[in-house]
Amino acid sequence: MATATTALPSSSKSHPPITILKRARADVPLSQNKFLKKTARGKVLNILRERYLRDDIPCGVEDCQICIDYPGYRSVLPLKGYTEHTKYGEGHWLVIDTNIVLHQIDLLTALPISLPLIIPSTTIRETRHRSLPLYNRLQQLIQDEDRLIWVWWNEEARETATIPKEAEQGKEKETINDKNDRAIRQVLHFYPEHLSTSLPKSSKLPKLILLTDDRRNREIADGEGLIAISARDYVDGLIGEERERLVDLVVGGVDEISVGEKKGKRIYQDYLPQDTLLAGVKTGRFHQGHFNANQYNYLEGTVNVPGLSKPVLLVGREAMNRSVNGDVVVVEILPESEWKAPGSEVVDQDVALRDDDADDDESPGLAEKEQEKAKEDRMDVDEETKRKPKNILPTGRVVGIVKRNWRAYVCHLDRSSLSDAALTSLSQQTVFATPLSTSLPRIRLRTRQAPQLLDQKILVTIDSWSVNSRYPDGHFVRSLGKVESKEAEQESLLLEYEVPYRPFGRAILSCLPEEGDKWKVPTKAPENLEWRDREDLRDLIVCSIDPPGCQDIDDALHARRLPNGNIEAGVHIADVSHFVHPDNPMDSEAASRGTTVYLVDKRIDMLPSLLGTNLCSLRPFVERLAFSVIWEMNEQAEIVKVRFAKSVIASKEAFTYEAAQLRKDDKSLSDPLTQSIRLLNTLAIKLKEGRMKAGALSLSSPELKIHLNSSESTEPIDVEQKQQRETNSLVEEFMLLANISVAAKIQETFPATAVLRRHCPPPKTNFEALQDILQKRKNMTLDVSSSGALAKSLDACVDAKEPEFNTLVRIMATRCMLSAEYFCSGSVSKETYGHYGLASPIYTHFTSPIRRYADVLAHRQLAAAINYTPLHPSLQSKSHVEKTLSVVNKRHRLAQMAGRASVEFYVGLALKSRGERTGQIGGKSSREEAFVIRTFKNGLAVFVSKLGLEGLITFKKDTHTFDPENYTINVPGSNGQMIGISVFDKITVDISIEKDQNTQRGKVKMIMVGPVNSENL
Amino acid sequence: MSSSRIEILNDGGLRHDARRPYELRSTSFQLNTHPTAEGSSTVTQGLTTVQVSIFGPREPRQRSQASHDKAIINVEVGVVPWAQGGGGIKRVRGDKRLQEIGASIRQTFEPVIMTHLYPRSEITINVQVLSADGGILPTSINATTLALISSGISILDYITSISIGLYLKQPLLDLSFLEEQDLPNLIISCLTNSNKITLAQMETRLHIDRFEEMLNLGLEACKVLKIEMELIVKEQTEKIVERMNVKSIISSNASGMNIDE
Repeated sequence: MATATTALPSSSKSHPPITILKRARADVPLSQNKFLKKTARGKVLNILRERYLRDDIPCGVEDCQICIDYPGYRSVLPLKGYTEHTKYGEGHWLVIDTNIVLHQIDLLTALPISLPLIIPSTTIRETRHRSLPLYNRLQQLIQDEDRLIWVWWNEEARETATIPKEAEQGKEKETINDKNDRAIRQVLHFYPEHLSTSLPKSSKLPKLILLTDDRRNREIADGEGLIAISARDYVDGLIGEERERLVDLVVGGVDEISVGEKKGKRIYQDYLPQDTLLAGVKTGRFHQGHFNANQYNYLEGTVNVPGLSKPVLLVGREAMNRSVNGDVVVVEILPESEWKAPGSEVVDQDVALRDDDADDDESPGLAEKEQEKAKEDRMDVDEETKRKPKNILPTGRVVGIVKRNWRAYVCHLDRSSLSDAALTSLSQQTVFATPLSTSLPRIRLRTRQAPQLLDQKILVTIDSWSVNSRYPDGHFVRSLGKVESKEAEQESLLLEYEVPYRPFGRAILSCLPEEGDKWKVPTKAPENLEWRDREDLRDLIVCSIDPPGCQDIDDALHARRLPNGNIEAGVHIADVSHFVHPDNPMDSEAASRGTTVYLVDKRIDMLPSLLGTNLCSLRPFVERLAFSVIWEMNEQAEIVKVRFAKSVIASKEAFTYEAAQLRKDDKSLSDPLTQSIRLLNTLAIKLKEGRMKAGALSLSSPELKIHLNSSESTEPIDVEQKQQRETNSLVEEFMLLANISVAAKIQETFPATAVLRRHCPPPKTNFEALQDILQKRKNMTLDVSSSGALAKSLDACVDAKEPEFNTLVRIMATRCMLSAEYFCSGSVSKETYGHYGLASPIYTHFTSPIRRYADVLAHRQLAAAINYTPLHPSLQSKSHVEKTLSVVNKRHRLAQMAGRASVEFYVGLALKSRGERTGQIGGKSSREEAFVIRTFKNGLAVFVSKLGLEGLITFKKDTHTFDPENYTINVPGSNGQMIGISVFDKITVDISIEKDQNTQRGKVKMIMVGPVNSENL
Repeated sequence: MSSSRIEILNDGGLRHDARRPYELRSTSFQLNTHPTAEGSSTVTQGLTTVQVSIFGPREPRQRSQASHDKAIINVEVGVVPWAQGGGGIKRVRGDKRLQEIGASIRQTFEPVIMTHLYPRSEITINVQVLSADGGILPTSINATTLALISSGISILDYITSISIGLYLKQPLLDLSFLEEQDLPNLIISCLTNSNKITLAQMETRLHIDRFEEMLNLGLEACKVLKIEMELIVKEQTEKIVERMNVKSIISSNASGMNIDE
């Protein structure tokens, strides 16, 4: 019996009483768990663990008289149960088996909200053991307060605790799976029994139904007199709309596969068993890494492995062996004689596999097969010719998958995979879904609603990929809306880049200040906590400079002369950490969002907008809380002194970059505000000079501005490149300076857990290709020995005739670099703290806490460093900081990609509308100049710098010749002579938007019109 | 790997062995478990069992160590070969960890045993860990207190000891071996009547703000243990007294007979 024997009459009621649990001798068989464990060295340990059986686990049933006093009891499960079912209309609850979570998670999350679910802890534990992403989704589901979900801690509760059955005569020892199944069934036995004692006799009890896709488990349950049902049968029995809604979400089911046992011929090899893989990786026989599909050629992929300096090339389906972009795979390197160079041809899956039939892949169309074979042969020949250059990569094949990285993909239905008859039929049929991203394979899908889905964007997840199926099998999750409708495109974009965009939940919003938008900085008085240890800087002439239309103003600046002749400059950052406290729902949501995502016409906030655009935002003419970094500098902009303080400021003006520039340049003005801007500007110029001297890079990536028709219609009109003004650089310099100062301070105070940002120097090999091209085409050299040298040689890459050429080289150089990342100072050695691009030995992000979570952490650490608040324990744990930052890094990367994709989409729309306006008949195209950035055997990749758009020009006929050594492709001109086009050449292209017949996907199509028209090449 | 697979505290507020944060493991206290020692006890907390035997006060083995005004205290710690998961303890006699545990025990008890009552003598505390599942030191200290009481050596007060871990913001009492490996932990022992702390030992880093809360919690837990111990001690003593009464009756009878003869 686990009873409390002694309890101290607790003097303070702050915590539950301290008790000693007593374990009765009778409990021993259940309360001791003995098992053998093999250590890494191969030693076998005999391990005994104890556990306590509890009598105070609440059942979660409404009106339960017994459980009501147990800690954690909530009334969740209604006695009425769920009645909208043809078979179990009199009310029922569902008990979820592990295989449902593992295979039917989409169905599980989509089940009706009013359907009560009981989730045994065994299910949770097994899920956690098998797949962390699924575990996280399950946790999310459980924590959803609107749902009727109750976790029954079955292993902890006395009534349902189980231990594995030892081997008996004629029976083998119970496997762990069987034991877990039994544990889950035990729950179904327990509840009716428990309720019959705890509820009044007359009350009608709902039925408990075990939802499981394991046939054996169902059979045993039937034998024990329980009700068990498979997911498919259960959904089929639902009534009306629910059934329609859910029926496509059901994954084929584990049963079916085992029954069907497709014969067919094997296309792929089986994966090796996990332990062989791990052992192989350890001994160096295999290599492990992330699989990157080639977006230009669906039959090719690479794997970056730690052991080798070059990525491992995978050529052909068999070598890629069912890996999907992002999976962690194990590859075996082929003998050196079979090594190949990556193909230099564009192979588009949509085109190449147009005729594949979704229904049978055992015998793909012979013609298609041959075509593919021929193509592969050609590729091989191609490599023979290219053996001379150093392009040959270690080539391998995938022998196993360590971790799948499957998620839901945004897809279109492939119209060609539907027969004409099927277009109107409502029967279930097999179709292809083509993912938006070109680096993913087509997914086979069974659906009953194919006709409705044809012109929609849909979300599809991959369920499995068997050895005898050319394509992975997936299931339909939901529809996002009509193709090319802005809502669907936007949502698909967010999903594709995994941006969490749900509205903030109730729990999160309840963390906001009670006053809502009425909140004000209280009057200055000792009793107001806001003023504790805060500096009153309301009199300072502070202003903010931001892009036009900016609502979340993170930063404001000031500068003034001090009596001693030095200059005081200050950066004031919104005091987000005053509102976002560690470890509350708002904080964890912000941590998981990581960053605010900016799309062209939408912003997905990291913090609720009350904070982001109002209470924290340093708006002009109101008092706001701030975190200030204040330097004393001399004329040469050298720092004499720096201090950090929580403060209260009142911004005097919110400028746009343009307005600030005008104000600064207006000679007639000499008010303090203008002078302050001028002072800041002179300092910034000196700061920048110093930074450049130290070897900072000025990199380039195309930044575009999209003109929208009006704020409502969001119809894009035109695109132009963003202008860079002096004031942009003013703000940038001071933000950099603030970040560097803060980084040094928190690193000094918290050497083990400071949140910093670094940019590792890129490996020299990254630049090889670019160096070679530059050398051959332009006779320019790129010195990559250090960031300073690189900056110098980049400056020298100027083509007098082409002012944009330098920008292009900078863009290409940027692509060779690694990306910057957040890290925890204790996790890496001090030598690698540096920021390569900024040429700073230490760096962090501090200046935008409204839109970046790392900044919030830096704020908390700085506040602790100046003894304003104690540091929250989570920020002292290295593992916790590491975990948080890895999420933030990932989100940051994805957010950038989402932003870019959004711009791309709008550029497309703008081009379309531009074409319509100019009224070119049939053309709908616009003519632009473009640079060639890459040459292929049968095409060119070009970059239109004016639009920041990359495009592909392919030549269909074989009239051209390709010179890979010189990055040149020779095409026949109008009068027959050959014209060479090489990398960095400027050509003229016609850009148009074309709708792909099969995929409904709007594609940017480029046609070269000068020097040669590529249309009939 | 294994550490990431166990959940220290799950969503139901339960630890990996289904205890709640403020629940101690099952305890069992036994007195006089060694036949020849002056006093001895066996204490089990969870799956950790420690037997302590007290020898002395007796002549010091090495004369040179003897002190003219007080007794000296020797602590020997050993782990039996079949005790599982010792937390890196090699079962060699001179093992650093064992020596450290021994030193901690000696420091804990030196101010509590009234050594001045036993000048020029030696008290040997022999600690044998019979099975280990976390909390070897606290259990040893608890066992030593009981052994000292059973040996009749004068001590000032009950000393009890407990380990306290911290999981994020939640203190956990009486750590098991698995928890001990994962969490920053603090071991305290105290004189329960006077609230004086005789040992506070920490081998991991911990934030100063959490420390006070944990310390106070540990003090309270020590008192709970003391109540439990006292119960056993009183029960044992009653038994002894009963036995003594019976004996005295028997012996008085016997002497009476003698007179009769």
